[in-house]
Amino acid sequence: MERFIVAPASVLRFAPHIVFRFDEVRKSWIIMAPERLMMPDEQAVEILQLIDGTTSVDGIIDVLAAKYTQAPRDAIGADVVAMLQDLADKGCLSG
Amino acid sequence: MADPPLALLAEVTHRCPLRCPYCSNPLELERAAGELTTEEWRRLLGEAAALGVLQVHFSGGEPMARRDLASLIAAASEHGLYSNLITSGTLGGERELKEFADAGLRHVQLSFQDVDPANNDRIAGLSGAHEKKTKFAAAVHATGLPLTVNMVVHRQNLDGIGEMIDRARALGARRLEIAHVQYYAWALANRAALLPSRRQLDEATRIVDAARETLKGILTIDYVVPDYYGVRPKSCMSGWGRRFLNVTPSGKILPCHAAESLPGIDFPSARDHTLADIWYRSEAFNRYRGTDWMAEPCRSCDRREVDWGGCRCQAFLLAGDAGRTDPVCALSPDHGVIETALQDAEKTPEGFVYRHFS
Repeated sequence: MERFIVAPASVLRFAPHIVFRFDEVRKSWIIMAPERLMMPDEQAVEILQLIDGTTSVDGIIDVLAAKYTQAPRDAIGADVVAMLQDLADKGCLSG
Repeated sequence: MADPPLALLAEVTHRCPLRCPYCSNPLELERAAGELTTEEWRRLLGEAAALGVLQVHFSGGEPMARRDLASLIAAASEHGLYSNLITSGTLGGERELKEFADAGLRHVQLSFQDVDPANNDRIAGLSGAHEKKTKFAAAVHATGLPLTVNMVVHRQNLDGIGEMIDRARALGARRLEIAHVQYYAWALANRAALLPSRRQLDEATRIVDAARETLKGILTIDYVVPDYYGVRPKSCMSGWGRRFLNVTPSGKILPCHAAESLPGIDFPSARDHTLADIWYRSEAFNRYRGTDWMAEPCRSCDRREVDWGGCRCQAFLLAGDAGRTDPVCALSPDHGVIETALQDAEKTPEGFVYRHFS
């Protein structure tokens, strides 16, 4: 097995053992992974909600760039890729 | 008001085919007759979800010693709980794993006592255990469930850490937990035989650090240096009554699996109280919650909300008072007991006292 590298053309999905859902008790989004629990910040939640198994990373960046016009697309793109790579390294996302 | 708990460790039974001399179960093991029934567990899991618990870890003993485990997993799933099986892999195989997966199980953590089969079986106190575990790992793989290999390490197997990492990959694990024995209950009784030497530990840590670099994104390695060799204590359970609760086989609710070793605390049972009452309002869960209970040097320490005073059980077991600073902290007035234990770790190891029902 090799490390999965997130690229602009990558189409990502959550790994089968990962649960990304809204927790009604805490009123916040959570990622549940084997023996770990993550509470993504607002920015990360927005990105993760765009992961649908069909939209590419580039497509996700386009959506965010269209919404946050004050930030350069490259800067948004770098943040998005870094965040997704980190989750891929943790085994949460696959291509 | 405390935050709701995140995770629940369900010790569904103390029965286990293994006799590991570092077992985290208490010295007084619970017999099958005292265990919660299927219905009691189902009700408890529902209460846990309503309280805010997100993850449930089915553990033991060997949780697969309970024949109703699949229905307990199903109950957890019905309530939206993320379920994890912590097993020795010595009872059952693909057929049971398939049932568990169908019931909604998300992950399996399989323990090994060593990579070397003979040493594995000697430490586990069960011949043929290593072979069963290896077959079990293949069965986990066959069902498609993600696998974490848990290698329990100590003085008598730590030198094989490089092979352990290779083995975890060969077994198809995505995660490897290298768990240093923690010195409570059976492990405390066997400490002189288990605590690694400084040289061993430094070498192991070097190998793990290197492997983490080369295996980034391939194998996640969880590794924590044993607290005896630390300067500051571990943030035990992330603080008493802050994140976790533990259910014993007979339904006692504890802030951690070792808490029953503390005298003078009446740990409430889920048979008599609701989980919410126990979590928020019981004397047991409020006793060491937060920082108000702390004495010096914790009380004025700028890390008091980082490590929460360390471990209450360790303070009691090594310093005789659960309200003192964890003696592994170099600032603790009782730290000398740790220094003595570390000196003993340089001597010839003693034989094991194996876990047994009294």
